[in-house]
Amino acid sequence: MSIDTKTAARVAKLARIRVEDEALPALAHEFSAILDFIEQLNEVDVDGVEPMVSVTPMQLKRRADVVTDGNIQTQVLSNAPDAREGFFAVPKVME
Amino acid sequence: MSELAKLTVAAARDALRAGDVTSVDLTEACLGAIETAGALNAFVHKTPEIALEQARAADARIAAGDAPALCGIPMGIKDLFCTKGVPSQAASRILEGFTPEYESTVTSQLFEAGAVMLGKLNMDEFAMGSSNETSCYGNAVNPWRRGNDTTALTPGGSSGGSAAAVAADLCLAATGTDTGGSIRQPAAFAGITGIKPTYGRCSRWGVVAFASSLDQAGPMTKDVRDAAIVLQAMCGHDPKDSTSADLPVPDFEALLTGDIRGKVIGIPREYRMDGMNDEIAALWDEGARMLAEAGAKITDISLPHTKYALPAYYVIAPAEASSNLARYDGVRYGHRAALSRGEGINDMYEKTRAEGFGAEVQRRVMVGTYVLSAGFYDAYYNRARKVRTLIKRDFEEAFAAGVDAILTPATPSAAFGLGEMQEADPVQMYLNDVFTVTVNLAGLPGVSVPAGLDRQGLPLGLQLIGRPWEEGDLLNTAYALERAAGFSQKPAQWW
Repeated sequence: MSIDTKTAARVAKLARIRVEDEALPALAHEFSAILDFIEQLNEVDVDGVEPMVSVTPMQLKRRADVVTDGNIQTQVLSNAPDAREGFFAVPKVME
Repeated sequence: MSELAKLTVAAARDALRAGDVTSVDLTEACLGAIETAGALNAFVHKTPEIALEQARAADARIAAGDAPALCGIPMGIKDLFCTKGVPSQAASRILEGFTPEYESTVTSQLFEAGAVMLGKLNMDEFAMGSSNETSCYGNAVNPWRRGNDTTALTPGGSSGGSAAAVAADLCLAATGTDTGGSIRQPAAFAGITGIKPTYGRCSRWGVVAFASSLDQAGPMTKDVRDAAIVLQAMCGHDPKDSTSADLPVPDFEALLTGDIRGKVIGIPREYRMDGMNDEIAALWDEGARMLAEAGAKITDISLPHTKYALPAYYVIAPAEASSNLARYDGVRYGHRAALSRGEGINDMYEKTRAEGFGAEVQRRVMVGTYVLSAGFYDAYYNRARKVRTLIKRDFEEAFAAGVDAILTPATPSAAFGLGEMQEADPVQMYLNDVFTVTVNLAGLPGVSVPAGLDRQGLPLGLQLIGRPWEEGDLLNTAYALERAAGFSQKPAQWW
């Protein structure tokens, strides 16, 4: 399957990764090579096969619905590139 | 002094308990070895103060008669594990400056057992790579060379720093993680032992996530006994990881009898690929012969969907990665791009991720985004998950037919030169995982054991694959193979 530069640009946008226009043809080419490789899966007869959900059959554990953590605002914010007044700070999102 | 760094975990443990050596001695020997091994670029964040403090505490515990197996043993920790107050970057620029406020469950357990942390080890960025060449710290270098040829070789990946550090005797053991072969391939390239346990054996809590349904931590060690000892301390149920198994952890070391009489070892015919390296093929045959001589029954088996494991992996792993790595947005931790006037939050996300992720990580995140996008989800992602079911079924049928373990090569080649694969397309690099990736897709335990040297003088490994939750039995078969192969070579020190 061949991926064009328009598709590559759309995928980059969806992934929130800035890709400059001049880099798109090379990226599209790489995607095409990887997807060609993946296309082999079409040879497999998967009729009636369940898609795997969990590799080890297990019942997920439940626990009491109670607060077990919290009151660690300083730790939560300690690695933030920009934290102000107890919040994460980001560029303005609304006009 | 540096002789102490060459000890195995088991030998060091016995010497510590006998009072022949202290943890401070061992730790200083390793720190000294690390200081002179800059050329290997294995340790990327050194923690000598923490190490010596832990060593003194371990010596006090040993003196008080409280000495678990790992008490006082100096180890290296892969940079993928979050370690409290110590940089934990997953070898990515996007986590530059990140110092976790918490400790991963695996490292917590190791420290509770008394292990000493020497520092953090190099790896491929977010564990995506097979050569340690995608690291933001630069390449880790294999201590092994091709005879007198000084070409720098890859230690493999993604746990390349762990493999180099253990092989070069910079630490007694190291942690690794394995999503498609990232413990077993570097172990094979560096002539050491590495085991990826059954999915769910080790808690993933605090381990930077790549592909959550495939990721497992495991030890990388100088021999099989050490793998048993270190794995023991890493395993166990953790309420903070809902996929960690609430099963008792056996005493793996106690199961190392070397007696494999009557065990059935499967040789999967689909692993004998066209154009297979003749030395690898010969080593594989030799491994089967050695196990037969030790009393095992060798039987040909078929794992018909083997060919589709890599393509399935390269749908599932990028899909999960694209979701896991969405968290790196420049808001809560790590790198944030500088913005120009008028740029908004989407510019921040896009620039941050473009600057912070390396080329391979970007590629996989975007492939994952594509296969999960509307219109392609069924064609790619769901199909790959169905193929994964079939791959697992292949193994289940082999085990149901009485096979105890499966013997395969660990890698399709010996270590290759750094930079040699630069011109190759990404798929060529992916083929490194052809023998290991099936094991992750099926959630099984797999161990890589060094079994010989090739004509160039480089180590080659064999892989044994076991039944789920039977790491003890698997390690015992690996122990028998190790004893028969008698691999004891070390790289000549040039660094």
